[in-house]
Amino acid sequence: MSTAGQNYLSASTGVRSWLLTTDHKRIGILYAIAVATFFLLGGIFALLVRTELAAPGETIMGQDAYNQAFTLHGVVMVFLVIIPAIPGILGNFVLPIQIGAKDVAFPRLNLFSWYIFMLGALMALSGWLVIGQVDTGWTFYTPYSAEGTSSVLWLTSAVFIAGFASIFTGLNFIVTVHKMRAPGMAWNRLPLFVWAIYATAIVQVLATPVIGITMVLLFLERLLQIGIFDPALGGDPVLFQHFFWFYSHPAVYIMILPAMGIISDLMGTFSRQQVSGYTFIALSSVAIAFLGFLVWGHHMFVAGQSALSSIIFSMLTFLIGIPTGIKVFNWVATMYKGSVSLKTPMLYALMFLFLFTIGGLTGIMVGVLAVDVHLHDTYFIVAHFHYVMMGGALIGLIGGLHYWWPKITGRMYSETAGRIAAVLVFVGFNLTFFTQFVMGSRGMPRRYHDYAGLLDQYPEFAAYNLASSVGSFVLAAGLFMILAYAVHSLVRGKKAPANPWGAVTLEWTHTGPIPDPHNFEKVPLVTRGPYDFHLADDVLGAAASASSESQDNT
Amino acid sequence: MAETSTTLKHYFVSSAQQFDAAKMGMWLFLVTEVLLFSGMFVAYAVYRVWYPEVFELSSELLDWRLGALNTLVLLASSFTVALSVHFIQRNEKEKVVVLLLLTLLCALAFMVVKYFEYTGKWSHGIFPGAGFAPHGDYAAYYTPYAPQFFSIYFVMTGIHGIHVLVGMGVIAWIVTRAIRGHFSAAYYTPIELTGLYWHLVDIIWIFLFPLLYLI
Amino acid sequence: MEQRQAFWLPDAASTYAGDVDALFYFILIVSVILFAGVMATMVLFAWRYRRRSAADRPKPVKENKIVETSWILVPTILVAIVFVWGFRVFIHMNVAPPNAMEITVRAQKWSWLFEYPNGVRASALHVPVGRPVKLTMSSADVLHSLYVPAFRTKMDVVPGRYTYAWFEATRQDTFLLMCTEYCGQQHSMMLSSVIVQSQDDFEAWLQEGLLAADASPAERGEMLYTQQGCLACHSLDGAPGTGPSFAGLAGSERVFADGTRRIADDNYLREAITQPATEIVEGYMALMPGTYALLEPDEIDALVAFIKEH
Ligand code: HEA
Ligand code: HEA
Ligand code: HEC
Ligand code: CUA
Ligand SMILES: [Cu+2]
Repeated sequence: MSTAGQNYLSASTGVRSWLLTTDHKRIGILYAIAVATFFLLGGIFALLVRTELAAPGETIMGQDAYNQAFTLHGVVMVFLVIIPAIPGILGNFVLPIQIGAKDVAFPRLNLFSWYIFMLGALMALSGWLVIGQVDTGWTFYTPYSAEGTSSVLWLTSAVFIAGFASIFTGLNFIVTVHKMRAPGMAWNRLPLFVWAIYATAIVQVLATPVIGITMVLLFLERLLQIGIFDPALGGDPVLFQHFFWFYSHPAVYIMILPAMGIISDLMGTFSRQQVSGYTFIALSSVAIAFLGFLVWGHHMFVAGQSALSSIIFSMLTFLIGIPTGIKVFNWVATMYKGSVSLKTPMLYALMFLFLFTIGGLTGIMVGVLAVDVHLHDTYFIVAHFHYVMMGGALIGLIGGLHYWWPKITGRMYSETAGRIAAVLVFVGFNLTFFTQFVMGSRGMPRRYHDYAGLLDQYPEFAAYNLASSVGSFVLAAGLFMILAYAVHSLVRGKKAPANPWGAVTLEWTHTGPIPDPHNFEKVPLVTRGPYDFHLADDVLGAAASASSESQDNT
Repeated sequence: MAETSTTLKHYFVSSAQQFDAAKMGMWLFLVTEVLLFSGMFVAYAVYRVWYPEVFELSSELLDWRLGALNTLVLLASSFTVALSVHFIQRNEKEKVVVLLLLTLLCALAFMVVKYFEYTGKWSHGIFPGAGFAPHGDYAAYYTPYAPQFFSIYFVMTGIHGIHVLVGMGVIAWIVTRAIRGHFSAAYYTPIELTGLYWHLVDIIWIFLFPLLYLI
Repeated sequence: MEQRQAFWLPDAASTYAGDVDALFYFILIVSVILFAGVMATMVLFAWRYRRRSAADRPKPVKENKIVETSWILVPTILVAIVFVWGFRVFIHMNVAPPNAMEITVRAQKWSWLFEYPNGVRASALHVPVGRPVKLTMSSADVLHSLYVPAFRTKMDVVPGRYTYAWFEATRQDTFLLMCTEYCGQQHSMMLSSVIVQSQDDFEAWLQEGLLAADASPAERGEMLYTQQGCLACHSLDGAPGTGPSFAGLAGSERVFADGTRRIADDNYLREAITQPATEIVEGYMALMPGTYALLEPDEIDALVAFIKEH
């Protein structure tokens, strides 16, 4: 297949060329389409939840419908959106190019992962449409989940299958990073996005099998009553929680680490400065990945586990704050004596710093034993995890999509529209979720269909809930605006230059506006670090610098 | 298939790189398999610590001689598969085919023994989960938490059995390719990887056997 | 009901609530300072070092060892403080004083039952002020969690084992008690209250409850109707709820979902309570919990007598 002068989009056409592609870039786009659809769906469920809660009493749906709505919201957002999102979309598209490889190590496995992801996703959603009624919450706690309707069986199978997609993706990236780096691409020249995806992949490979076996056991509990988790048969419901969180806590780092990688790249590029503390940031990803395995019990401080385990888990939980803090401080320090440009991607990076720091610090608050007793299972927790998941991981993804958009599509989007949408998202997000911190501290429990019965003692809940619901629609408006100008850019957008931001990682400097099917005409030779802007006259084109061209200084 | 598998894929620089990548991928896959089973081992450990007497009593119902026989059979199969890798490196292709067929035979023997064990249990009313209802001579084993032991037994050996079946499928496929002469000292990645997988299946059984049958 | 508006956290009314709040406010203030510091620096840098021309070529910055060590050390010290502090308060909250009054709590979908040492049962938790109370909790079906925000008390109720919680109320008032572990359809309706009384009022209430033990069956039935949470689903005035109203129920002809019919005599009422899943009244769903099979025979008699009076 001769492809001279072609880019990966034009090299072949037709539906088949997409559905059977093994090109990592096209697979990234397949993920993008799928994840955006699921995000829209999960968002619609969220808006239904918020509409119901806008006023006390039954507003638009009954208890059963509400319980299904937040369950599906949680399941879709966690398993179908945020876990596959960044590795699937940007990891696939960017990582191989950033390390100078022609593709991932196992391209067919990569495509296969997408198909099993889709199979799992369609099972999860069809289970809801056809069989109906999963109302266990995304945590599937036993014994409630062991006695529920049969669609629990269906949904656990779906999660099991989607889990394999995550495992194979992680496996692929680990091997790719180890074996496929271009000559000169030493470990200390890897862009921090690559480091982050690499750390994520380790967590994916090590943690996901445990949710797999947990889902199998839960499945068998429902099917055969094997009595491992169901107390009516002599099982132990708290054991299930241990199994569940052993995966699901590390999973939160599957969600956030890739976003942190994006932020590192953005801070470097838009400050035109070496990312401060490169080694710390790279290694703290690995440290977080490792520590993440040891803290699952902080979800169970009042679940009936022994006080001693709670104490140990609490202590380990705090340790995670330290490598994370190192990252936050280093990102801010990157701007020091830099040249800061506040383009839309950078706005999202700063927004990430704002929101994620709030989310992280409140994570520390709920890690404190005595305080968590009061806050557990209230809206404070809901607010905490939306600040880290939506405010952290997804804002990071949106920033990354804006950053790589010109490379992926070859087109620019409207900068003005981008900034307006960013403001809407920021304001709407805080209105939605900051109010939840306050009402959660005051005792508003989560997973409540109605709060009319609480208003006697806590009349303020009505106002907070209403504000939160209004905020969610402002947030939705911002997100729909992004969708709108993205579509506009695809159809009418200006043609993008090869390197609109003046970045110096390989995907910007060694490929055209849109990469060709094999990424590079010839294998690149890497001679400088990912953020060595001062050595990059060739890229930045300004003549005035004294430093000689592309000298190796590492 | 035949042409591409012996040639270098375009996105690799060298066949050494291609081989290394495949092998590392397989090792990582095996790690995930170990973790999959580790979940069950944890469930086993927890219930064993809570109800040691029940576990001791219930494990009497498992016939250690059949378990030991299966251990031997699997060990033998691991050995033959290792030998097949050894001989393909020396290009002795006929031996490879024979050895792989022997492996397949051992695996089959393992499954046959398992079949008799399972049906034997069922005929006495020993089912996993709610169906657990030993009768006749075995009624005395109907103690509280005995269902948990047998649930764990059936789940662990069942999932292990599924792995054996998958392994048999893969080995059968490798054999047909070996017969058609696809492998040589220069290219034998699939044999090597299948061998790694098969050793893992073997090792897991080596843990299952004493835990379930002996102690 | 006295409502004082407190800053951020709700009004506190137990002995350890003050400790929890002090810790909470400490972390809150430290976090706000840290956050404000990080944000101020961020905004400052973004403005001070804004790009002035497309050709800006900043020089690489050398890393500063002191700054780097301090941002490892300071957080480490801070988390060490909050860990030790949180751990001590937690231990205090976990270990009930030996002189605590014991109350048994039984949770089920979707009601609470509180049982006192002398056999009195109630659906609201009555406690004396200024005296430690220890709750021994069990669940008849799924996970629940007992939460009293004003006391900062929360503990899961787990089927198949006992869990414990304790508190000492400091103020006579009525406080909201709610379920905070998701337990199915009416999780958000699983509310009750804690009624904190003076020692004398409390004793009097306990006595009254004892007297009720030898009341007529229909009167006891009325108590059980509240205690057992029947009222959540069955009205007395004819209004249909989750379940049919008790008004005019006894003696009428019932039509079931499968088309069969039956007169609601005593036996039917008994079976409807103990085996709710067998005959489903037309127009309703099989939502009535099966746990009432565990009621004592005389309690069921009492309920039947009560239903017949309506
Ligand atoms: C992206 C996802 C994500 C991330 C990154 C995190 C990050 C953290 N989370 Fe969160 N968490 C969730 C998702 C996430 N969490 C979800 C989904 C739940 C609820 C699940 C459910 O029940 O449904 C949850 C619940 C949850 C609980 C259980 C609460 C309860 O149910 O009672 C706890 C308790 O310890 C906790 C703690 C933490 C901590 C300590 C961090 C840390 O990693 C945060 C570290 C970051 C910082 C600390 C900020 C930056 C640092 C500085 C500015 C330096 C200064 C710092 C110090 C002085 C320490 N989380
Ligand atoms: C990634 C994770 C994620 C994300 C992004 C969100 C996003 C949102 N969540 Fe959700 N939420 C969870 C994960 C997440 N949530 C989880 C795990 C739970 C717990 C469930 C449980 O208890 O079991 C939960 C629970 C939860 C509750 C508590 C329910 C309860 O306890 O009773 C509430 C209530 O307000 C809520 C609200 C919202 C809102 C308003 C948003 C908004 O931010 C959503 C806005 C999004 C849209 C409106 C869609 C717009 C999309 C497009 C236009 C597509 C275009 C694409 C691009 C721009 C890329 N969520
Ligand atoms: C969670 C809701 C719920 C609770 C609590 C509940 N019930 Fe019911 N009950 C129902 C529903 C729904 C039905 C109708 C379906 C059926 O027949 O099972 C019903 C039916 C009945 C009937 C038959 C009514 C008829 O019209 O024939 C009786 C009698 C009854 N319940 C008694 C009780 C008593 C006594 C209690 C408390 C000790 C109680 N219920 C608690 C939901 C409830
Ligand atoms: Cu009981 Cu929620
Ligand atoms: Cu966690």
